[in-house]
Amino acid sequence: MLFEETIAAIATPPGQGGIGIVRISGPKALDIAREIFVFPGSRTYPFKDRYLHYGKVKDSDNRIIDEVLLTYMKAPRSYTAEDVVEIHCHGGIISVKNILQEVIKKGARLAQPGEFTKRAFLNGRIDLAQAEAVMDLISAKTERSARVSANQIVGSLSEKIRSIRERLLALMAHIEVTIDYPEEDIDEPMIFSMREEIEEIIGEIEKLLKTAEEGKIIRQGIKVVIVGKTNVGKSSLLNALLRENRAIVTDIPGTTRDIIEDFINIKGIAVRIVDTAGIRETPDQIERIGIQRSRQNMDEADLIIMVIDSSEPLGCEDKEILEHIRDKKALILLNKIDRTPVLTREDIVKDLGEDIPVVSTSLTLGTGIDKVEDMIYRMFFKGEIESDHDVTVTNIRHQEALIRSQSQLEDVIEGLDAQIPLDIVSIDLRGALDSLGSITGETVTDDLVDKIFSEFCLGK
Amino acid sequence: MELFAGEYDVIVIGGGHAGCEAALASSRMGFSTAMFATNLDNIAMLACNPSIGGTSKGHLVREVDALGGQMGLNIDETFIQIRMLNTGKGPAVHSLRAQADKHDYHRVMKRTLEEQPGLSIFQGEIVEIREKNGKVAGVVTALGDYFTCRAVVVATGVYLKSRIIIGEYSVNSGPNGFYPANSLSDNLRDLGFTMQRFKTGTPARIDGNTIDYDKMYVQPGDEEIIPFSFLHDTLTREQIPCWLTYTTEKTHDIIRANLHRAPMYSGEIEGVGARYCPSVEDKIVRFPDKKSHQIFIEPEGRYTNEMYPQGLSTSMPIDVQREMYRSVPGLENVKIMRPAYAIEYDCIDSKELKLSLESKSIEGLFFAGQINGSSGYEEAAGQGIIAGINAVQYIRNRDPVILDRSQGYIGVLIDDLVTKGTNEPYRMMTSRAEYRLLLRQDNADMRLTRIGYDVGLVDDKRYDWFMRKCERVEKEINRLKNLILSPTQEVLNYLERKGSSAIKSGISLYELLKRPEIVYKDIEYLGGKQEGLLRQDIEQVEVSIKYEGYIDKQLRQAQQFKKMESKKLPRDIDYTNISGIRLEARQKLNLIRPESLGQASRISGVSPADISVLMVYLEKRKREN
Repeated sequence: MLFEETIAAIATPPGQGGIGIVRISGPKALDIAREIFVFPGSRTYPFKDRYLHYGKVKDSDNRIIDEVLLTYMKAPRSYTAEDVVEIHCHGGIISVKNILQEVIKKGARLAQPGEFTKRAFLNGRIDLAQAEAVMDLISAKTERSARVSANQIVGSLSEKIRSIRERLLALMAHIEVTIDYPEEDIDEPMIFSMREEIEEIIGEIEKLLKTAEEGKIIRQGIKVVIVGKTNVGKSSLLNALLRENRAIVTDIPGTTRDIIEDFINIKGIAVRIVDTAGIRETPDQIERIGIQRSRQNMDEADLIIMVIDSSEPLGCEDKEILEHIRDKKALILLNKIDRTPVLTREDIVKDLGEDIPVVSTSLTLGTGIDKVEDMIYRMFFKGEIESDHDVTVTNIRHQEALIRSQSQLEDVIEGLDAQIPLDIVSIDLRGALDSLGSITGETVTDDLVDKIFSEFCLGK
Repeated sequence: MELFAGEYDVIVIGGGHAGCEAALASSRMGFSTAMFATNLDNIAMLACNPSIGGTSKGHLVREVDALGGQMGLNIDETFIQIRMLNTGKGPAVHSLRAQADKHDYHRVMKRTLEEQPGLSIFQGEIVEIREKNGKVAGVVTALGDYFTCRAVVVATGVYLKSRIIIGEYSVNSGPNGFYPANSLSDNLRDLGFTMQRFKTGTPARIDGNTIDYDKMYVQPGDEEIIPFSFLHDTLTREQIPCWLTYTTEKTHDIIRANLHRAPMYSGEIEGVGARYCPSVEDKIVRFPDKKSHQIFIEPEGRYTNEMYPQGLSTSMPIDVQREMYRSVPGLENVKIMRPAYAIEYDCIDSKELKLSLESKSIEGLFFAGQINGSSGYEEAAGQGIIAGINAVQYIRNRDPVILDRSQGYIGVLIDDLVTKGTNEPYRMMTSRAEYRLLLRQDNADMRLTRIGYDVGLVDDKRYDWFMRKCERVEKEINRLKNLILSPTQEVLNYLERKGSSAIKSGISLYELLKRPEIVYKDIEYLGGKQEGLLRQDIEQVEVSIKYEGYIDKQLRQAQQFKKMESKKLPRDIDYTNISGIRLEARQKLNLIRPESLGQASRISGVSPADISVLMVYLEKRKREN
């Protein structure tokens, strides 16, 4: 067999659908299936080649994740010419995601973009004529997922990962500098404080993983904040985008008191929408807190959508917001075009410049919503991209890397407790850094050498 | 006027640490060799520190020795102090460092070269390398002598267009007043090489009679001498101490007040210096909060009063040098015998080389040492021996010897230089090695001696010595596996004294040795002394048992790594036509022309997806043929 690693991925497109499929390929596919699959009555049967097996998938704590159908295709009679297992579960994102997580925990690696097809080709399943297509597929898929993850990586998750990585790098630089420069007057790292720091970092990773389990990471996409003065149609916009009635919509100013967050899928991009209270100064205590938070939200947003009532001239509150979004990535909605318009695109452009995108809508009638979605999409993706599930994958990839680095850090602790010399313990530390680097795309050696020479004064 | 002056298999240009190893390697492998040095008095000159080894550099020396090189033997014969560094840490980072008698080191190496059959050494400046049909054909000296040859090793160190800078003064000169080589640099450029300009420096040499050692801390050598060469198990020698002192606030004030006169800051120096060995003014500018820096005072030899103050490298004007040196405790009345200086020199872009150190454009032309952008004697020697071996392999029409990153620090060094290149003088560090636990200084022979023997560089005597060591080590490991210790009262008492937990049933000595608090001496006590074991045998036994788990882990990582290394990339791939690879990666791949998928994956700007596409492309190519 050409490949030793077993790979897995979600094989169906994201979003609502009848079923979702997780595909596993490689030498361990069957073992993994045995570990997570429960036959009816908890009895054990062998998996038959090319049969559909009914049963349930359980997690490591023996909790049932979903009721599924499982097929096993024995090598070489499968798509990749390797042992392949496909698990058909209920549609939607949660079930496939949880099953994929379990499969990864049991030793599969998340497939790279186009990797199943690559294996199919390298294992001789696809003929030569298709080779070019395979190469293009890999690069196209990779580019798309890179763009998506580039957009995701601005989020707070990657911030956290960076800061964890930075802390580990500092620890490692300290260990390494005392190895490479034993005669410089640099204190050796203290084992107990190092242990403490690593325990703390493991805790941080634990926390991150927990939020992932709750589905928060998966929901983390582009953060879009909706702003505008009260009763201009912010909640209507949110509802239109959500196509469900989550935010309270009334005609009384100031009724959207809390920040409502939700998550939608616009052409395959995860978009997290935050609706905010009106920004006007108010004596109302509750609302004032809400306003403070909307300012903060605007500063953290990847995109700000400002809703303006086109049937009224710009008020001082509008002007204040416009001032606030200057030089930020923003989209202006001229709403209520069903009434007699007072404001036009020119009025906005005059102040904020030609580049500011402006869309006219009537949110109560539902006109212009398509254009808004289109604009959000285009503002983040210049080229044509089909809908894909890479958003989810990217997140699971993060998770996989976090799990790996966590277990490597546990090995570090184990080594420290067994009084293993630091230079040897640092093998696992390097491993943990490598795992985190696979998320942020950074390599250890160069960063480490830079860190050593920027933090410590060395030389002849 | 050009005269045909002789014919050799291999010609080595330069008599420094790279040149010496290259010339000895090719001549010992049975190929006639000529070595040219601009001055025979600078053969194996220790132009900077009078010391060999140190962290990771000590490993390089052991590797050169294991392959059949000379550096380890030469320092063993000429050291005046030796220490094993990092003994408080794991075995992988124990590192030997010796203070050399600078003059002895040169003298003994020169004598070794002179005595080597098949090797001729000449004083002469090479001004031109001749090529014919893309292959190297010969060299021409400044005097017009023309020598033909089949392979050339360029090991010119810092001599190409070198310039010495001391404050406002500068002069075209090599180190220590030796002539620079001004023509060869232009010739290399004409041959198509990209030249870069690097910078390094050295402290002043001071008169030991004017130092007040009472104000310094003595730094003696190790009581138990562990030599560099595997051929020497132990040595005895009278050692000379080094001394430790510190810079003061006053030193820093003097430097700060005169910064405008420092060539690094006045713009006088254009070469790129290393972060690895900054001058004292660099340190004070970059780390202003550090109140004091260490200065080691190292003797230059047994028969001289000259001392080397490590930590006081500078390119300040001589009056500033005097003033600041005299602000250091113990140096109040010091006399500077030779001034500190910075030196700028030309080197090539090492990315233009193959992993064999052969030029990608001219067959039979090899490069080694500082000309490749590295720094350090040991880095030079490591490249020199590989270039020498591969010059011969080229003539023999056999595959070159390429050590990979899991086989040696030499492999890491060359792979870094060739795959990533360097924009500052490159120094070896243990943190550059991914498989550090496999690349220990104690097992360099286990890793490399067979390779040296197979190409004919390691002689029968060394090989036989090595084979017998392997037998002894294996036998002892087996003995410890089979010797079961019972929980007698005596044993339990002994374990308690050592702070080790009691054993309940029988345990093999092998298992017992894995406990952190148990060392081989305890095993010897509990299980009886095994006669005939050498120090290095015991070291080998102890390390391989004690760290077995971690060693296995690294072996598994290395196996994964080797798989990618073994997927070779054909030389004639035109990467520009592989559409699935991103443009930047295509350009990089075309430039570097990596030898394996593994090497390709280490090029900056080549992503895992590019490697995937490349794999598919290779399969396609294979099927088409």
